[in-house]
Amino acid sequence: MIRAEHEIHQRRRSRNIGLGIVLVGFIAIVFGLTVVKVQQLGAVQGFDHVVRPELLPGEEAPN
Amino acid sequence: MTDATSIMDREYEAQFGDYFALLKPRVMTLVVFTAFVGMLVAPVSLHPFVGFCAILFIAVGGGASGALNMWWDADIDAVMRRTAKRPVPSGRVGGDEALGIGLALSGFSVVMLGLSTNWAAAALLAFTIFFYAVVYSMWLKRSTPQNIVIGGAAGAFPPMIGWVAATGSVSLESILMFALIFLWTPPHFWALALFMRSDYDDAGVPMLTVTHGRPSTRRHILAYTVILAAFAIWLGFTSAGGPVYLIAAIGLNAWFVKGAWEIFRRNEEIAETDNYSVEKRFFKFSLLYLFLHFGALLADAVLRTAGVIG
Repeated sequence: MIRAEHEIHQRRRSRNIGLGIVLVGFIAIVFGLTVVKVQQLGAVQGFDHVVRPELLPGEEAPN
Repeated sequence: MTDATSIMDREYEAQFGDYFALLKPRVMTLVVFTAFVGMLVAPVSLHPFVGFCAILFIAVGGGASGALNMWWDADIDAVMRRTAKRPVPSGRVGGDEALGIGLALSGFSVVMLGLSTNWAAAALLAFTIFFYAVVYSMWLKRSTPQNIVIGGAAGAFPPMIGWVAATGSVSLESILMFALIFLWTPPHFWALALFMRSDYDDAGVPMLTVTHGRPSTRRHILAYTVILAAFAIWLGFTSAGGPVYLIAAIGLNAWFVKGAWEIFRRNEEIAETDNYSVEKRFFKFSLLYLFLHFGALLADAVLRTAGVIG
């Protein structure tokens, strides 16, 4: 078992932390992009499997 | 072999900063700035987060081409003083690692740019990486003294990619922004080559100052600067430009052409007596020249958004 902290371990730690930050950043970006893209789709709920006119702007619900 | 001995066997294990240095961060700042301006002056505005992501992926693509360039050029980088400390020639990162990172980030940046904006911008980014890594680094850098001109084209693409990311197509404005950087690069580097006794010779890279001589380099600087001035001012009359840009472009180009004319009029004897002061001043001004042109484009875009100018 190695107890002494060798310089190589510090370098390896910097690499691991850096890669961790990059991965977390990538997840945040994909999540953010997904939110923006979905918001730009408009009234998607109006076409959720069956047309729901009450959710579409300017459409009257049938009586 | 124990874990400890296997660790000690390796001379150096790279840390995160070494991998980051592969991406040429200083070049990346220029890429980010010009791509940002190209995107902002476009008539179509992107969602701020999508715009941020697009700039990020363009920067990563630029970094990927830098890593590929470092992999390929490790032999000449090791010979030259300016580049000997780069991660690959100094042994901090293996050549195969640089190649792997370069290829992976190329694919990643192109796909992510395509998904976040459009595939025309992604195709342009892919072409830029190919152009810099293959056409420039592998093919023409070591075979022609016009290498600076060709390398400049790769650096000129980012504002065009920014524009295409916003609008989806290439137009006159984006071509003129491309021309601005493309035509600026040769006078910028040749002025440097005139006063820096570089070690490109030892590395076997043909430079215009060596292959065609210094008087020819001075003529080239003047010719490129005059053509550059015409294209830079032309950009002021398009939708990307505005009053701030036009005034800045006229002033900056008048100064730049004057500097190129002075360089053209001098010979080596005169230059050596004043320690290349004119060439050095021209080189320093060239850095400001590009920054102020894109800064002026940015100022006009901000004023247009604020409704100050039409």
